Amino acid sequence: MFKTIEEPAEGAVEILVEGVAHRVPANISVAAAALLCGLGSVRETPVSGAGRLPYCMMGVCFDCLMKINGQPNQRACQVTVAADMTVERQLGAAEYEDL
Amino acid sequence: MDQDCIVIGGGLVGSAVAYGLSGQNQKVAILDGGDRSFRASRGNFGLVWVQGKGWDYPPYAQWCLKAANLWPEFSRQLGEETGTDLCYRRNGGMHFCVNEAELEERRKILEQNALHTDGEFQYEMLDHAALAEKVPQISNAVVGASYSHLDGHVDPLSLLHALHQGINRQDVTYVPSQNVSEISGKDGEFRVVSNGKTRSAGKVVLCAGLGNQRLGEMVGMNIPVVVDRGQLMITERIKPFLDWPTLHVRQTGEGTVQIGDSHEKVGLDDGTDPAILQKIVQRAVLMFPFLARVRLVRAWGALRIMTPDGNPIYQQSETCPGAYAVTCHSGVTLAAIHAGTVAEWISGKNDDPLLSRFGTDRLHV
Repeated sequence: MFKTIEEPAEGAVEILVEGVAHRVPANISVAAAALLCGLGSVRETPVSGAGRLPYCMMGVCFDCLMKINGQPNQRACQVTVAADMTVERQLGAAEYEDL
Repeated sequence: MDQDCIVIGGGLVGSAVAYGLSGQNQKVAILDGGDRSFRASRGNFGLVWVQGKGWDYPPYAQWCLKAANLWPEFSRQLGEETGTDLCYRRNGGMHFCVNEAELEERRKILEQNALHTDGEFQYEMLDHAALAEKVPQISNAVVGASYSHLDGHVDPLSLLHALHQGINRQDVTYVPSQNVSEISGKDGEFRVVSNGKTRSAGKVVLCAGLGNQRLGEMVGMNIPVVVDRGQLMITERIKPFLDWPTLHVRQTGEGTVQIGDSHEKVGLDDGTDPAILQKIVQRAVLMFPFLARVRLVRAWGALRIMTPDGNPIYQQSETCPGAYAVTCHSGVTLAAIHAGTVAEWISGKNDDPLLSRFGTDRLHV
């Protein structure tokens, strides 16, 4: 559904989205990358379990929460992709060790 | 006469009183403040709390217990009527102590609560081992806790929302962004001027929080209010770990962890202060070390409405009978009793003897 308008000047990086390697433009946000990779919903809400997608893309709505490099509940629109980054869907509430 | 009753203030206190009055078929209008008003109702911690309250003033200990006991039915009815989940739970509540002296002090306070209520207030003191059995994540820095099964908590924003839905369903006239400039008259014929418009009513109820001092003067009442800022934070949603709310840390029904609080005499400033937020967080992390890794999503300040002795004021004006003031800082705990007993007192259907113990005469000796 989403595609890049032009070839990114900064080149591309490889990230792991739900365990699958994807090459994405180097300067985009994780939320944009998730959309570009056709991930579908990026999270399931802790309250009703509804699937959600990035919405505001500017850090306000908290609807793009994802697990990035193992850290849960990250606003994916506020994080820039980096080589070998792992990106996972946020399923429900965060889990922490010894919680 | 436009209304049977004009309620000034549409926060938790005003909307609970209005909800109760309109439930008795009174024609009610609420004149609420605007977005710039100080909104204790939108910044509070959400406890429906008994333990420790009124330990030095028996009527308040009795009043809080009574109010908390009305909550289960109040929550059921309001929730059902409005289709809102208030996230009200009454599993009991705890207060953590970090040294033996604190624990002993706590025991003495709760002993007073029990004494003032003829033993109806019940509590247990838990040592570290007993506490750790209930709350395995608790750190060794916490030597024990007080526990009472009578405490509970609620989502305070859902409560405010439900009350507003409730009054809307009952055809209460709600007028936002009002600045009341004049109240005149007496029982049966009050005139209230706000934003240049005059409305008439049989009775007037002042529920304007910090604004009650100014409004009280218009109807011959001296209502001293004291501003007390509290700062709070809330975390991302995490898996359930804490079934019991405490005075400093509570996990909400939707998984966020609310962390508080502070008591600051800073006047009419509801901002935040990083140095104080840091202290609040350090105490929470001392209790639950894993919280250090949990992300905060928001911090805010809110202004408590205190009276000089900390107890609520329920007063009818002597010089302008028919004008009432309701001033308190526990709009959540007392919501059920405000919608019930207090609304009935205002409409003349109930004269609970406890109410006479919350007049302003106790403050002006």
